[in-house]
Amino acid sequence: MVSLVVNGKIREIDAAPDTPLLWVLRDSLRLTGTKFGCGIAQCGACTVHLDGEPVRSCATPVSAAAGKKVTTIEGIGATRAGKAVQAAWIRHDVPQCGYCQSGQIMSASALLAKKRAPSDADIDAAMSGNVCRCGTYNQIRAAIKDAAASAKGA
Amino acid sequence: MRAKPMNASRREFLKASAMAGGGLIVGFTLPGATRLAQGAAKEARMSAYLRIAPNNEITVVCGLSEMGQGVHTAIPMLVAEELDADWSRVRVEQAGVDQAFANPIFGMQATGGSTSVRGHWEPMRKAGATARAMLIAAAAEIWKADPAECRTERGMVIHASGKKLSYGQLADKAAKLAPPKDVKLKDPTQFNLLGKSGTQRLDTVAKSTGKAKFGLDVYLPGMLTAVIAYPPVPGGKAASVNDAKAKAVPGVRRVVQIPSGVAVLADGYWAAKLGRDALEIQWDHGANASLSSEGISKMLSAGAAAGGAVGRNEGDAKAETPAKKIEAEYEAPYLSHSCMEPLNCTAWVRKDGVEIWAGTQSQGPAQGILAQVAGVAPGKVKVNTMYLGGGFGRRFAPDPVIGATVLSKITGKPVKLVYSREDDTRGYFYRPASVTRMTGGVDADGRATLFTASVACPSIMEGSHFMKLPPDGVDEFGVEGIRDCPYDIPNLRVEYSRQEPGGIQVWFWRSVGHSQNSFFLESFIDELAYAAGKDPFEFRRSLLGKQPRCKGALELAAEKAGWSKPLPAGVHRGIAVVFSFGSWCAQVAEVSVAADGAPKVHRVVAAVDCGMTVNPDIVRRQIESAIVYGLTAALYGKITFKDGRVEQSNFHDYRMLRMNEMPKVEVHIVPSTEAPGGIGEPGTPPIAPAVANAMFAATGKRIRKLPLLG
Ligand code: FES
Ligand code: FES
Repeated sequence: MVSLVVNGKIREIDAAPDTPLLWVLRDSLRLTGTKFGCGIAQCGACTVHLDGEPVRSCATPVSAAAGKKVTTIEGIGATRAGKAVQAAWIRHDVPQCGYCQSGQIMSASALLAKKRAPSDADIDAAMSGNVCRCGTYNQIRAAIKDAAASAKGA
Repeated sequence: MRAKPMNASRREFLKASAMAGGGLIVGFTLPGATRLAQGAAKEARMSAYLRIAPNNEITVVCGLSEMGQGVHTAIPMLVAEELDADWSRVRVEQAGVDQAFANPIFGMQATGGSTSVRGHWEPMRKAGATARAMLIAAAAEIWKADPAECRTERGMVIHASGKKLSYGQLADKAAKLAPPKDVKLKDPTQFNLLGKSGTQRLDTVAKSTGKAKFGLDVYLPGMLTAVIAYPPVPGGKAASVNDAKAKAVPGVRRVVQIPSGVAVLADGYWAAKLGRDALEIQWDHGANASLSSEGISKMLSAGAAAGGAVGRNEGDAKAETPAKKIEAEYEAPYLSHSCMEPLNCTAWVRKDGVEIWAGTQSQGPAQGILAQVAGVAPGKVKVNTMYLGGGFGRRFAPDPVIGATVLSKITGKPVKLVYSREDDTRGYFYRPASVTRMTGGVDADGRATLFTASVACPSIMEGSHFMKLPPDGVDEFGVEGIRDCPYDIPNLRVEYSRQEPGGIQVWFWRSVGHSQNSFFLESFIDELAYAAGKDPFEFRRSLLGKQPRCKGALELAAEKAGWSKPLPAGVHRGIAVVFSFGSWCAQVAEVSVAADGAPKVHRVVAAVDCGMTVNPDIVRRQIESAIVYGLTAALYGKITFKDGRVEQSNFHDYRMLRMNEMPKVEVHIVPSTEAPGGIGEPGTPPIAPAVANAMFAATGKRIRKLPLLG
């Protein structure tokens, strides 16, 4: 049994400690917003926050999340940065197929929580681990800048 | 994919009826519906295209798959335009499989070939216009007025006197009226939505909050998750299997051998994957164990040198003796589609039929295939189309839906078959490799007088299993983009030689044959321009006198890029223009090349002539998306073979373009009143040659083999 705090709720899960957090979130908790893309920390589709830090849940054993606060796309809207990022994503109509976008939003929210006004270099550094096969990178960049500007005004 | 217009008379039975609980449905009944459904419903069945509810909500039912291309927004816009709907009340619903939703260009329910808007431009507008006429008639009856005194605006019928009724208020009454036989569609000058910027996608919120449901997000009670150990060499088979260790993995329920490999079924993905890792399999590799990329290249090269079936022959290419002649061989590798969402399907074979949940581009054909797999009538196969985490042609292939259905039939349980990223990368259905040998010549004034191309590659038509090589022996996908070379060159000859390296399943990949052939042709035309001592843009332009739309797109891209203006030191331009899927797209790439030969693409300026547009914002995004897809392949993409095995497996060795490598992209749309062209694919072909041509401008070194980074 592993005990996790996911989006503010305590969850008890019957999983081997080395099971990747991704599969616990998806297959056990049915939080399907977190996506499987590569399984080897190469694409970012599975990004969640552990105590506010972005991690690739496909390469994070569930045991490493025990006792930490797990935030997923289903919960990120409750944070200040996450709310601003999601609103900007919608304003900019960022998603195409949408499959990578949960991970993109999680990476962008973590960036914005740390840097109020990220530069292009900050965006490159924070976002280059997230692949978008539909090529929405320029819209993602614009939405992050817009989210930063709107969060500042708020 | 091939455009084959279906018989229009099969779709002409526009009908209307009342919705259970109130409201109006406009849809189609088909004379052949009962035959097609094989007795599923004997009564005249109606498939809704459009529902108007008493609360003013308008639902457009869409038979096409949403894979990022925006079709779940474009199709409702077509209806809403003619209906004068209030866009804020329009929603979209995914249709099941029904012949009423057959793609008018394919004649089957499928999404691909950039056909959606081209095929539905008129029928969907007619459905909207019909509903509008009925709502007006209903209002006129209530008001005892002449329908000609009524107009419509944002979901309301408005009488000349100022009286108003909303569509929701009128829906019940309209449902009792007979739909008009003929409706007049708007003149494009009257459009409020179509061709205008600012209409947001209908799927944005779901896709920005994690709520959108993709195939992998399907969970059913009692469901097992399956992964398959596939033969490492194409055509191989498991000779012996020891599954004792796999079965000992907690959560693993079954191990079964099926034609495609050895499947491990478990309570979830992770257990299934661990189970598969624990399988001990002796493979019989079959005939292809010595397959290698070097061998494939040699085979294709020999085919191109020998020549083959003649696809186009004008003037006398053999007799022509130009003042200056050049010759070159070009090569492109196999490519994987690598959709962001790994391939998957959930199937449930029950006594009363089959139900599947899948992000598929080919739900219509899937119905027929699965009926055979499960041994039921096609009408007993229900397909639930989920959002597609990318399609690019790969999700046209039936392998995941067949695999899941076979496994559910064997186990009697709902089964979700999941491809790991490695399975997806190594799962064949590749863009074919191709070698093309070209010759070209110019006269003393630098005018092109000769072009020949000899293409050698596998046949997608034969590989598709739903087409056949035509009697002339020329695979249309093998030569598309070269055979229809737009340049006015008097002596022109194109040949095709079919070559099939052992057992590699080839398939449609975003822009299909254009993806490699445009690289060949547009690079070689650049070579010819330099041979003629001409500017590459002006040289192309001079050969496009008979192709005004091609020339227009080329000129717009050059103008917006400032073709003749200076660039920062070290940055160079390349240009290319391609016709594909009914649209012209020209691109100018600005590129610098590092000392180690690696290119950096700074900016891409694209111009597209796709006729009238539905949603210009989506058009621009699709062109940009297609550029990224093509650029990723141009820079890094290759699937290679060694000892019969695919050498690549995941994103570390099958590289993707990332944020830090993303160029600025500008997309300009040529204003047009022509019929709409396709938009999902035409942006892909020009980028590889535009970048390669810029690299030549930078270095003087011509790269004739993809990927550009070697
Ligand atoms: S699935 Fe975790 S990084 Fe790709
Ligand atoms: S939106 Fe499709 S992968 Fe990013």
